[in-house]
Amino acid sequence: MKWLGAALIAGSLLLPPFLAGDFYINLASQILIASIFALSLNLLVGFGGMTSLGHASYLGVAAYISALLTSKYGLGHGAAALISISGTIAMAAFFGVIALRASGLGFLMITLALSQVLWGLAYRMSNVTNGDNGITGLTRPAPFGISLDNPVSFYWFVLIVAAVAFAMIAIFVSSAFGSSLKGVRDQPRRMAALGFNPWLIRWTTFIYAGFWGGVAGLLYVYYHKYIHPTSLSTTSSAEALLGVIAGGSGTLGGPVAGAALVLLLKNYASAYIERWNMLLGFVFLFIVLVMPRGIVPGVSKLVASLREGLR
Amino acid sequence: MQFWIIQGLNSLSLGGLLFLLSSGFSLIFGLMRIANLTHGAFFMLGTYFAAIALRSYDGLNIWVTALGAGLTVAAIGGLFERLVLARLRTNPLGQVLVTLGMSFIISDACLMLWGGDSIPVPTPQSLQAPTRLFGFVFPTYRLVLVGCAAGAAILLYALLERTRLGAMIRAGVDDGQMARAVGIPISRLFTQVFCLGAGIAGAGGVLGGPILSAYPGLDADMLPLALIVVILGGIGSLLGAFVGSFIIGFIYTFGTALFPELAYIILFLPMIFVIAFRPQGLFGRVLA
Amino acid sequence: MKISRRRFVGGAASAGITKVTAPSLAFAAPSNAPIRVGLLAAKTGPLASGGIDMDLSLTMFLKERENTLAGRKVELIVADTAGVPATARTKAQELVEKNNVHCIIGPLAAFEALAIADYLTEKEIPTLGVAAAEDMTQRHPSPWFVRLTSTSAQCAYPLAEYSAKELGYKKIVTIADDFAYGHEMCAGFQRAFEDNGGKIIQKIFAPLATPDYGSYVAQVKPADAIFLGTAGSNGFRFLRQFIEYGLKDKMAVIGGMTALDESVLRNMGDEALGILTTSWYSAELDNPLNKSFAPAFRKQFKYDPGYYAASTYVSGEVLEAALKATTGNVEDKKALMAAIRGSDAQTVRGLIKFDEFGNAIGNVYIRKVSKIDGRMVNSVIKTYPDVTQFWTYDKAAFLKNPVYSRDYPPAKNLEP
Repeated sequence: MKWLGAALIAGSLLLPPFLAGDFYINLASQILIASIFALSLNLLVGFGGMTSLGHASYLGVAAYISALLTSKYGLGHGAAALISISGTIAMAAFFGVIALRASGLGFLMITLALSQVLWGLAYRMSNVTNGDNGITGLTRPAPFGISLDNPVSFYWFVLIVAAVAFAMIAIFVSSAFGSSLKGVRDQPRRMAALGFNPWLIRWTTFIYAGFWGGVAGLLYVYYHKYIHPTSLSTTSSAEALLGVIAGGSGTLGGPVAGAALVLLLKNYASAYIERWNMLLGFVFLFIVLVMPRGIVPGVSKLVASLREGLR
Repeated sequence: MQFWIIQGLNSLSLGGLLFLLSSGFSLIFGLMRIANLTHGAFFMLGTYFAAIALRSYDGLNIWVTALGAGLTVAAIGGLFERLVLARLRTNPLGQVLVTLGMSFIISDACLMLWGGDSIPVPTPQSLQAPTRLFGFVFPTYRLVLVGCAAGAAILLYALLERTRLGAMIRAGVDDGQMARAVGIPISRLFTQVFCLGAGIAGAGGVLGGPILSAYPGLDADMLPLALIVVILGGIGSLLGAFVGSFIIGFIYTFGTALFPELAYIILFLPMIFVIAFRPQGLFGRVLA
Repeated sequence: MKISRRRFVGGAASAGITKVTAPSLAFAAPSNAPIRVGLLAAKTGPLASGGIDMDLSLTMFLKERENTLAGRKVELIVADTAGVPATARTKAQELVEKNNVHCIIGPLAAFEALAIADYLTEKEIPTLGVAAAEDMTQRHPSPWFVRLTSTSAQCAYPLAEYSAKELGYKKIVTIADDFAYGHEMCAGFQRAFEDNGGKIIQKIFAPLATPDYGSYVAQVKPADAIFLGTAGSNGFRFLRQFIEYGLKDKMAVIGGMTALDESVLRNMGDEALGILTTSWYSAELDNPLNKSFAPAFRKQFKYDPGYYAASTYVSGEVLEAALKATTGNVEDKKALMAAIRGSDAQTVRGLIKFDEFGNAIGNVYIRKVSKIDGRMVNSVIKTYPDVTQFWTYDKAAFLKNPVYSRDYPPAKNLEP
């Protein structure tokens, strides 16, 4: 049953280029990029038990480094991507050391503060980052010479990356390391007593989450061909966090569902409903009241109880 | 010399404002362990309340308005706590989601009802004349605000130390399970404290109105400040919130004046240091 | 409504339009489908006040004309950008790909415009922009973009000259929001003011989201005047604190085009009287078009139209003039764009023309806050005609310099 559901979803991901117009294909690409970002955040929130409100740091830093290297320094996309990701990983390692000195609200605040520092730097260092004008005129890479400028080819590119990301995160989570991470989330003292190093486990996860956040950042800047400090803002982090929680934080499908929900409300429903912010708020309230663990767990429970009822 | 005095007074008045904002947040977090991310929106509701009420009714007194706003926002907070938050006692992520969701609802409602323009809150007539000190001028209302903050601190202290409710709150903060075990009605207490915290925020919004004005986005500007104060001062400590507010007031005021390049990050750098080296804040206790 | 080939040619000839290019004759029979106009406005978020005004005004413009321009029905599709560049881009795509708009009006903020500039150029969508970012019509112009308001600095130059020459100010402090718009406006003001013998002794930039301006007010050095290069309601919030600290008795207050906009002025009282600002519009303008627009707007919405409301109304007027020139043809985008650029439209702000970069050349008005019929208004006290974005400077030299920023032109007269 679960495999059927998964297969259906996977199949529907292959449909947009054939069925829909450019606008919807672009929307689908955005949803996939947001999903990768949400999946990376979920490593911290859902599987690591560390609620971060500054995950946009990794998205923004990777995007900015790539933008600067390709536009100001004329580097090719391959080299720029490599340097961006390396830079993001280094930053994640550094931030992780600072952030992991706290937990709970303290951790939340440190991640918030670190991302705000980056935001402030992006805004203020306008000689480097162009400040609030952002960096324009960016290009998309052309892997193996295939241009990604048209929506369909870009969608396939993002779909491949998203599939790889999903697979690798799924493997990570179900691996032995993933189990130890969940153990540290639930029972850190017991894990320490058993000889694990909770700090090291958390720090490694932090870096891995930063890595995928950076990947999402690269896709983000390729898609928009523009980068602005708002991508580093708390709002950006908060939207991802809300998506993860609403979708279901302890699951793999949850972040995808949540990211899709937030994006669709923001970009699609806003065309029909002027008070879409309020609607978003009510949707969150509704989700938490009706499906306290998120959409995906809630729907699974619903499906399970339906099957029980039908039996 | 004048620069230091004026900026010093500015720091004090900002500190007073921050205390009115963050004391409620500190109370709620200290007892209920809920980071009430709706707090900025509660504050903003108070400011809008003041802006609309004081501009529509000429003779209205700002203190009465503060009381009215406090009660109204307390009621809204209480309903929210009863109907939504109470179900999420063991779901901290759910709490994040609903408190943020509620703040979206409130801020969009304000935009819908009162538009996107900034609405000023008139300073009370009796306090409009500036105070002349040592040859320069300083707005009287800001000095009064410091007094309000001190007054609020004293009232809260008295509440916590001298009343039964306060004793129950302190018991709940110290050890929630034991408090339940000795028969303290924790669930009702939570609602009461949430109302109190929200009410202080609403009243604080009114009192801060003449300085801030009501504008969309006020909630998002104020919430991080409340978080910073509470982190710095220490969770669950009223004294921490008080001292923290003034420290932040000083850092912000002198920081932006002396180091304008650091204006965006002047508050976050000290906070990172505090969390990294003394995670419980100045006066907080280490959480078990 | 069918237009015969003869009527079309006759109409084009009689309208005296020489800029309609040959290909448009191939589209001699415009379709009956409505003209779809997209509006990109930030209706939520911190820029909401301006975005809402833009929507209300443009809707009123179309309603006055029964949603018909140059004989064709017009359909307006409004998209909320929320003041976020990524959302602006998605909304622009939505308007172009989903709603198939023929042209776009807006957006409001520079970063929104920059986020969509390359997309609109690639898709060849005529855009009547509002955002003031200088480079969009200087070093990085697009053939598909016109701006009918003003660059950030364009309106500041006349005020700088006026302050130096006619008011005799020698030392001025500037304060603005710390983003490109504020930097560019103060840079332009500084340049013109110092060229006319004045000195800018202090430049303060406050972060865009500053709740309490107290610490900034206390930093202001004594001078003849303070120039407010702020946007939205920040100018008025700063001014309130400025007055409370008693500084208005010691220094004059002058402001840029968004410092004391009509939308902000209505919430102010007598403390604002006498403040001079500069803009390309005032609700008190005495031309026939404005004499019917402003009272109508005031009657419907209970406040005077300001910068944002006027911007979309003027967009509508420019679009209408262009559509009259192409007799309702929007399908030929190149012709439409050429007609827009060559339109020389009479609007509520006066006559405007576009320079070769697509920026408006028009009147700039020095306004003084006064009280008429119990309302606070921006009365016009002087008009500078035909102001271009380059003011009195040589165009080529101007473009060789870097774009205005926080540090360019360098402020040489700052007091320590």
